[in-house]
Amino acid sequence: MEIFQTIANMTGAALAQHVANGISLGSLYALIAIGYTMVYGILLMINFAHGDIVMMACYFAYFGIAIFNLPWYVTVVVTVVLTALLGALIERTAYRPLRDAPKNSVLISAIGASFLLENLANYLFSGRPKRFPRIPILEQNLSFGGVQIQVISFVIPVVTIIGLLILLHVVNHTKTGMAMRAVSKDYEIARVMGINIDNVISVTFMLGSALAAIGAFMWGVKYPGITPMMGVMPGLKCFIAAVIGGIGNIKGAVLGGFILGMGEIMIVAFFPQLSGYRDAFAFVVLIVILFYKPTGLLGEKLMEKV
Amino acid sequence: MGKKQKLILTIILLIGLFALSWFVNVEMDSYVRRIINLCLIYAIIGLSMNVTNGFTGQFALGQAGFMALGAYVVGVFTVPVKLRANVFYAVPMNPIIADIQLPVWAALIGGGILAALVAFLIGAPVLRLKGDYLAIATLGFSEIIRIVITNASSFTNGALGIKDIPTLNDTRYIFIATAITFIFISLLINSSYGRAFKAIREDEIAAEAMGIDLYKHKCLAFMISAFFAGIGGGLYAMLLGTVDPKNFLFTLTYNFLLIIVLGGMGSITGSMLGAIVVTAGLEYLRVFDEPLELFGVNIPLFRPGLRMVIFSILLMVCVLFWRHGIMGTKEFTWEGARAFIKHPLRVFGKKGVA
Amino acid sequence: MKLRKILAALLASSLAIGALTGCGGSKKSAGKDGDVIKVGVFLPLTGDNAAGGELELRGIKLANKLHPKVMGKKVELVVADNKSDKAEAASVAARLIEKDKVKVIVGSYGSSLSMAAGNIVKEAKVPAVGTSCTNPQVTANNDYYFRACFIDPFQGTVMANYAFKKGAKKVAIIQEVSNDYAVGLAKFFKDAFEKLAGPGSIIETANYQTGDKDFSAILTNIKAKNPDAIFAPGNFTESALLVKQARQLGIKAPFLGGDTWETQEFIDVGGKDVEGVAFSTAFDREKATTAEAKKFLEEYVKEYKGEPSALSALAYDAYLIAINGIEKANSLDTTKIRDAIAKTKDMEGVTGKTTLDKNGDPIKGAVIKTVKDGKFKYLDFVAPGK
Repeated sequence: MEIFQTIANMTGAALAQHVANGISLGSLYALIAIGYTMVYGILLMINFAHGDIVMMACYFAYFGIAIFNLPWYVTVVVTVVLTALLGALIERTAYRPLRDAPKNSVLISAIGASFLLENLANYLFSGRPKRFPRIPILEQNLSFGGVQIQVISFVIPVVTIIGLLILLHVVNHTKTGMAMRAVSKDYEIARVMGINIDNVISVTFMLGSALAAIGAFMWGVKYPGITPMMGVMPGLKCFIAAVIGGIGNIKGAVLGGFILGMGEIMIVAFFPQLSGYRDAFAFVVLIVILFYKPTGLLGEKLMEKV
Repeated sequence: MGKKQKLILTIILLIGLFALSWFVNVEMDSYVRRIINLCLIYAIIGLSMNVTNGFTGQFALGQAGFMALGAYVVGVFTVPVKLRANVFYAVPMNPIIADIQLPVWAALIGGGILAALVAFLIGAPVLRLKGDYLAIATLGFSEIIRIVITNASSFTNGALGIKDIPTLNDTRYIFIATAITFIFISLLINSSYGRAFKAIREDEIAAEAMGIDLYKHKCLAFMISAFFAGIGGGLYAMLLGTVDPKNFLFTLTYNFLLIIVLGGMGSITGSMLGAIVVTAGLEYLRVFDEPLELFGVNIPLFRPGLRMVIFSILLMVCVLFWRHGIMGTKEFTWEGARAFIKHPLRVFGKKGVA
Repeated sequence: MKLRKILAALLASSLAIGALTGCGGSKKSAGKDGDVIKVGVFLPLTGDNAAGGELELRGIKLANKLHPKVMGKKVELVVADNKSDKAEAASVAARLIEKDKVKVIVGSYGSSLSMAAGNIVKEAKVPAVGTSCTNPQVTANNDYYFRACFIDPFQGTVMANYAFKKGAKKVAIIQEVSNDYAVGLAKFFKDAFEKLAGPGSIIETANYQTGDKDFSAILTNIKAKNPDAIFAPGNFTESALLVKQARQLGIKAPFLGGDTWETQEFIDVGGKDVEGVAFSTAFDREKATTAEAKKFLEEYVKEYKGEPSALSALAYDAYLIAINGIEKANSLDTTKIRDAIAKTKDMEGVTGKTTLDKNGDPIKGAVIKTVKDGKFKYLDFVAPGK
């Protein structure tokens, strides 16, 4: 069978390269998956617009550096702030009014918000791909015995882990974090206990969007062509990653992201003839997980969903 | 109003509409016919989506995938055999099916049946899920179907798409297909199955307690929905004369979502109205894509892309402020019509009373 | 609540009525039918193919500026956006014919969009001239569709010959499997190359989908097989990223592609990694020998600054073919115009002297270009019939 030949032919260097690629892609997925899982944990809804928030962040960064000529480290900050505000805005206008409506309405609203962002970006920035600005330090190529890795590919996992640690600190050791955990455990009781639900939810969205913005920035450096529809597939895949790891669980989202990213790379590495089916891989894994372990790998038991 | 009277009125209405479709077919130019045909086809698919989403309360986003199945069955089997080598010029058509050519109506129904079968297979794992999970899972399958079609070149010609499908721009046939769909689904909804669907929508646990087999009914709704989506897809393929996998991205499903939200999830007449408004409305909104000159000054606001922005805003407005859509869960009834004629404005005040 | 419902109902009904009684848009082209001849321009101006559509629109507008009259009347362009979507393409084509009453249609970029319009123009008997749609199916079995560009079988063969000429014995193909253009081109390349270099000379065929950003897995596999060259037809966005990632992984083999690479974004996104790639296209300044070409170049640089791409040149020629047809037919009867276009012979266009064969395809040569110092540069020319 072809697969054995592929394994036999794959050198150590090639395998190491695949692993490096997998880690890189995985961490990007992880950063974005965190946003999905946080929102789901609190509101029990899929923020379909999250992938498009990533897309908008890329455009913000593009405008910051290419049009306004800000130095890149300033642009990162500006992008994060703007994206966080965008996330909060979407929550405020598209989700909050429907908080007491049947579940399906919020879902439709999320789809609508996603659709609106895509069309807005298409209208404002045109469908022609823009080149994400170059950041020379991050693009240097480093070589380790036949394995080529860009600096950015090292930076991504590191930033992801740092982001994860900071977030875990906020969630587990601050008052706001405690409020977030309370709201996600039991919405009604938390409200009765005097927690300002609106604020907590806004903060959740802002945190998720901020992380997505950082992910978007690094995504742009690694894959420099930005288009209005670029957030669609990654958005879906990152949601799947969050489900794999256990929706509502932040560590799970990161784990899920790595599994999905690594898995995608490895499937193509070992079964090159399936490379056209690569996107289907994510969906197949989703179905399998929903079938056998719907709460995800690290997930807590969620009674109603299945 | 007696039952018999209503039946007669309905039959007269149908004949009248058919005559109208005949008139449209003869008098109107092909552009207007095309738009009307597209409205009708979208109405069929919108209604099919309403069966699961509106009536049974199951949020499924797989219509694009089922459409694709129907469209491809029609596409693969109705292209005249002698033209196939030309169409399948990269990867030759798989010999098993290369010589099978079906008459159009057989391919249409075949497409619907294939979609229903696939729905049955998908339904097994997926219908146990609820809400957002179901949405994502069905969306995922819709994409898987599309990706498989893109890669299975010897059967579907992959990305190259299929061309030379016999075309159908005849409003009469499409009207008949639409009428059959509507009649069938009306009968379904008014039967005990329909009541079971609505019970599941309102409260699953209570429905189960009442002895309704949840899985069986959800599966039935799903399969019927897929069947008609497949038929709609086949008609779509014939309207265009060519198909390719890119036509069936899951974003196509958003169109139908808007149709049923606008028309009223849970209303059959609503789906029809929604389809007309959305399809015709999109054409009408085309005016926003063209440069507008006011007093000789070119306003840069109006350029390609604005139409879709306005369309998305309309969807959001609809979802946020007008969740029930035009018809809500009400239907067009003869009593309602009579009451409307007698006191037109009262319709806007009271809730669902003749 | 009541008011809202009334407003909503009014909105809905007015939309429906407005649409059914013949839609806006035709108000714009309010010239009297007598003194203008309308030519429909059918392009993707939004959506995935917007970049190509825009470039072609430039070419057509320029052609209209330099050749504004035919048969003594002014030529009016009716521009319609097909949104890179097939169903839209069909509606828009129908609209141009029925509502705007155009005599001939020019477009589109994107073969699947042209094919969607194919049935409509055939039924309505209005001739259409494609600009850069290279899929052979656009004109096959359709007497009313013509085109200004060469077709994929020719393009694929050209690149295969070029690769062989340059000494490549084993080539890998990376194709955008969800893009009909790429799949078609890859197939013809494969057939032609295997004829030259023997069976098995295509050592690997890898697939990716439109919108994919990460090619590291496929490329790592290919790197291990060590091909002499890599043929990677696909849209410029994905291709630029592909080449970039390949270079980053240390793959040194030359990359070959098709005419979709000739856009500024390809160089922008690819940066210095795309230096040295080779691709086939329809036009280049160095081979621009006709008088028409010189005029085109002058005007283009004046109007738009920057070098014109083959897309604009082809679109310009498509317009000329259409106008030429009307002139030769000397009639506004669309079937007669169609017949005249079919007989186009040695028409002087920007991309050379154009003669249409019995399928409606021009017998044309291809130019091979490369990227050098951040700009497109001419490499070679391949005459037709090779």
